[in-house]
Amino acid sequence: MAEVLIRNGVVYDPLNGVKGEKKDICIRDGKVVESVKNPKVIDAEGRVVMPGGVDIHSHIAGGKVNSGRLFRPEDGRKGLEAKTKVCRMQSGYSVPNTFAIGYRYAKMGYTFVMEAAMPPLAARHTHEEMVDIPILDNAALPLIDNNWMTMEYVNSGDMDLLAAYVAWIMKATKGFGVKIVNPGGTEMWGWGKNCSLNDTVPTFDVTPAEIIKGLGVANEKLDMPHSIHVHTNMLGHPGNFEITKETYDLVKGIKTSKDRQVMHTTHTQFHSYGGTNWGDFESKADAIAGYINQNDHATIDIGSIILGDTTTMTADGPMEYNLYQITGRKWTNHDVELETGSGITPFLYSGKSPVNTIQWAIGVELALLVKDPWKIALTTDHPNAGPFIGYPILISMLMSKKRREESSADMHKVIYDRALLPSIDREYDLNEIAIITRGMTAKALGLHEHGKGHLGVGADGDVAIYDMSPEETDAGKIQKAFLNTKYTIKDGQVVVKDGEVVATPDGKTYFVTPECDDKLTDEMMVKLKDKFDHYYSVTYNNYAVQDAYVPNPYEIKTQMRG
Amino acid sequence: MVEVTDVVCSLCGCVCDDITVEVEDNKVTKVKKGACSVGKSKIMGHNRIKSPAIRVNGELKDCSYDEAIKKAAEILAASRRPLLYGWSSTVCEADKVGVELAEELGAVIDNTASVCHGPSVLAIQDVGLPSCTLGEVKNRADLIIYWGANPAEAHANHMKRYSYVSKGFWTEEGKKAKKLVIVDVRATKTSKMADVFLQLEQGKDYLVFSALRAILYGHEEVVPDEVGGVSKKDLLETAEMMKGAKFGATFFGMGVTHTGARQNNIVNAIQMTRAAHTHTKFTITPMRGHYNVAGINQVCTWETGFPFAVDLTRGYAWYNPGELSATDLLIRQECDAALIIASDPGAHFPGESIKHLAKIPVIQIDPFPNPTTEFADVVFPVAVSGVEAEGNVYRMDNIPIRLRKLIDSEYPEDEEILKRILDEVRAIKEKEDK
Repeated sequence: MAEVLIRNGVVYDPLNGVKGEKKDICIRDGKVVESVKNPKVIDAEGRVVMPGGVDIHSHIAGGKVNSGRLFRPEDGRKGLEAKTKVCRMQSGYSVPNTFAIGYRYAKMGYTFVMEAAMPPLAARHTHEEMVDIPILDNAALPLIDNNWMTMEYVNSGDMDLLAAYVAWIMKATKGFGVKIVNPGGTEMWGWGKNCSLNDTVPTFDVTPAEIIKGLGVANEKLDMPHSIHVHTNMLGHPGNFEITKETYDLVKGIKTSKDRQVMHTTHTQFHSYGGTNWGDFESKADAIAGYINQNDHATIDIGSIILGDTTTMTADGPMEYNLYQITGRKWTNHDVELETGSGITPFLYSGKSPVNTIQWAIGVELALLVKDPWKIALTTDHPNAGPFIGYPILISMLMSKKRREESSADMHKVIYDRALLPSIDREYDLNEIAIITRGMTAKALGLHEHGKGHLGVGADGDVAIYDMSPEETDAGKIQKAFLNTKYTIKDGQVVVKDGEVVATPDGKTYFVTPECDDKLTDEMMVKLKDKFDHYYSVTYNNYAVQDAYVPNPYEIKTQMRG
Repeated sequence: MVEVTDVVCSLCGCVCDDITVEVEDNKVTKVKKGACSVGKSKIMGHNRIKSPAIRVNGELKDCSYDEAIKKAAEILAASRRPLLYGWSSTVCEADKVGVELAEELGAVIDNTASVCHGPSVLAIQDVGLPSCTLGEVKNRADLIIYWGANPAEAHANHMKRYSYVSKGFWTEEGKKAKKLVIVDVRATKTSKMADVFLQLEQGKDYLVFSALRAILYGHEEVVPDEVGGVSKKDLLETAEMMKGAKFGATFFGMGVTHTGARQNNIVNAIQMTRAAHTHTKFTITPMRGHYNVAGINQVCTWETGFPFAVDLTRGYAWYNPGELSATDLLIRQECDAALIIASDPGAHFPGESIKHLAKIPVIQIDPFPNPTTEFADVVFPVAVSGVEAEGNVYRMDNIPIRLRKLIDSEYPEDEEILKRILDEVRAIKEKEDK
C-alpha cells in the first residue's frame, strides 16, 4: 500500500470550503484518505497546498496543434531542452512538443487538461498525441456544431434524434463534451463565407442561434457532466459583445439536472469587444461581467493575453483567415468534411499596439469584474492568447494591483482611455486563485464528482505544493512559485520536486458514453449511414476511435432522460 | 472462406478504406472490390524476405531474430553518427519507437519526405497551406487542378474516390458538372481526360504560377504572350475557370517539388491559391506518395517538434534540412551506420549517397527484398502492415485511419523488432556505463 502524508501545509481546497487552513493531506493508493499508517512524509510546512490544477480549455493535441508545430520550426527552437534520465526531449514555446506539454503543466501544479477542440473525423489523431503527453490526465471536446447531422436535426426540430447523434459522436470519438465553435460559420467557410448569430446557413436552413439552443437541449437530455462549451460567433470583431450577451440569453431557459451552468463560453476576452472598428475599439468587459454577475446559467473562461509571439489556432476557419489578412504572416487552413474546419496563423501581441493593449486589459478585467469566482476560469486559450506557461504571470496580476500598474505603465497609453483596468482595485486571494484554476474548472466540467479539483476523502491524490507562504504579496515571488512547484503529486506519486520533473507516469483519458434508447439510435443511424455511404471519404466501420488509442481509459456513463 | 470488408490499403497516400477481400486458410485469396491494380497486388502479396540474416564475407547468411537483434544493436550502439531512415511505409506505432530509438542513440532521424514532399514542407513553413480533407473536395469542388501529378497512373483511385470523377453532396452529377485542368510537361493518361491541358516546358512551373497569380490579382497586362511554353490565351482561360469556380482544388505532385525552383515552386503554388481567394474558395493539397509518409511527419513533429531531418546528437532536436537530410549526410560521408526501415534508398537515392551507404553497416527492416537488401548487413523480414499487422496511418490529407490485420503472420511486426533493438541498445549502454 503506497501511502503519502503531506504535513503541515496551508491548504486551499475551495470545493470543500477549506480556505487556507493548516492541515495534513493523507493519500493511499492514489486517493485521498482520512489517515495513513506508514506513509512517505512530505514536509509542506507553511507552504501553499492546493489540489492539482484543472485546465478547462487548452489546445494541446491533435491536427491543428501539430500543424502549428510543423509550420513553425522557429517556435520549436525556442523551447529546446535535452532529454534527461527521466524526461524526453523538449521543444517549442507556443506549440511545445507532447512531452514538454506534460512536463511544463506538471511543474505548474496542473494534473488535468481539457483539449478544447477535437475534429471527430480526426479524433484518432488527438488521442494519439494525448497518449504521448506524460503525467497529465486529459479529455477532449469533439466539435459537433457545424456537423451536417446536427444542422439537419436542428432544422427538423428532432431534439431526441439530435441527442442520439451527440451520444454516438461521444462514443465514436471517445469525447468528453459538446464543443461549439462559430456555429454555422465554419460550414459557410466551406464556401469562403462566414455568418453571425441570427443569419441563416444556406442549404441547411438553420441559424447559429438555433444550433446553440438545440445542442444545449440535447446536452441536458444526455445528462452530460459538462455543459455545452461555446466559442461564440464573431470572435475578435469590434462590437461583438452584444452577440456574446445575446448568445447567453439563448440558453437561459434550458434546465439541467446537474449543479452547474448550462453553457460555458470560452476565451471570453475575444468576445467582449466594443467599438465599431479597430480605430474606436474598446473594452466591454464590464457589460459581459455585468451579465454574468446577474445570471447563474452561464460561466466563462477569460482567454487572457500573454504579451509576445504566439500561434493562434481554432476551428473558426474564417476568423483565422481574417487575422492572416491583418498580419500578412503565414496561414494554414484545414476544412474537415461534414463536420468542421480549422485555421492557424502566428500572432504577436505587442504592448505598443493600442488594440493589443486593450485586449490585454480585457482578459484581466473580466476576472476582476466577475464577482463570483465560481463563474470564471483562468485560461489563455493556449496558445491563442498566449501559451499556458504564462498562467503564473496572470495569477500574479490578479493578486497584485501594483503588478498591474507597473505592467500598464509599459503599455500603450490607450489603456488609460479605453480600458477599465486602471480603475479596478480588486486583488484576488489564494482561495480565489484556487477556485479559478481547479475548484471552478473541475465543477464546471463535472469532474469534481470524479475526484478532480479537490482534496476531500476519495478524491484523486493530485496535489500541488507551492514554495510560498500564504502571506506572500510580492508579485514576482508569487509568479515564480506558481511556475515551478515545490512538489507536484499525481495519484499519490511525486512527479515534480523542487521544480524538476522526477517521474513521468501515464495520464488517464476521461470520456463520456451516453446511452440512449435503441430505437432512437436505429432511426438516427439510418441518416448517419447515408452520410457515410455518400459523403464521407472514410467508411462507417473505419471511423470510430479504437480502444488501442485510449490505453488508460476513465469512462463516465450517462443515460438519456426521457 | 471469410469476406472482410472495410479493408484499408497500405500502398499510396490515398489510403482507400472501402476494400473487400476474401480470406481462406490464413491467405488473402481474392481482392473483390475497392483496390486499384497496384493496391491489389500489395494486398495479395508477393515475394518476401524469408529469414533474418547477417552478412558474412559478403554473403547474407540466415540467422535467428535474436542473433540479428544482437548484431543490429551492437552496430548502432558502437556508431558515432547513426542515421535512422525511412518510416513512411509502416504504421505510426512503429514510428514512435523509431523516434525513441533515435533519441536513445543520439542519431539523425529522417524520413522519405526529404526526397519527396520535403520541399512542400519547407514551403508550408514559409507561407502555410490552405487545404482541406479529401471529402471536402468530393462534396464541393467543381474545379480540379492536378499540377505535376499523374493520378490516373500514380494514385489510381484518387479521382474516383475524392476528386474529378467522384460524386458528393453539391457534386452529385460527378464529372459532368466539373472542370479538370492538368498542368504537366508531357501528355499523360490523366491529361487525356482534361478540359484544359497546359503543357509547360520542363522547369518552368514557377513562371506559370506567377503568371496565373498576376492574372488572378488583376494584372494580366504584365503577362507576356507566352509563359513557360503556355500561351497567354490558355492562361487567361484557366484563370477565368479558377475565378468562376464555386470551389477549386489544386493537387500537386513530384513534378513540381523536385524540378527547377523546388520549394519556391510550392510557395508560388500556395500564393496562387491565395490569389484565387480574392475570387472564390480554393484549396491546395500535396499528393503524398507512401501510405504513411504524412504519418511519420506527424509523429516526428509531435515528438521532436520537427517533421524530418532531425538530429538528436545533442539530446534535443536540431532541425536543418539541407544539412541533416539523409542524402546530405551520406554525400558528406558523415554517418557510420544506418538503419533503413520501410523504404528503399538503394533504389531512390543519388548515386553518391548510395556509394557511402554501401560502405557502412546497414540494418534493414522490411517485408520485401529491394535494392537496399543487396548491401544490407543485417536484414529483418517483418509482417506487412495492413495485411498482417494493424496500426494507425495518415492519409495524404492527414486523416488518421487504422490499418486492419487480415491474416496472421509468421513474421514479427516492425514495432516489435524496433522495441527489441531499443532494449538491446539500452542493455549495451548500461553495461558500458558500469
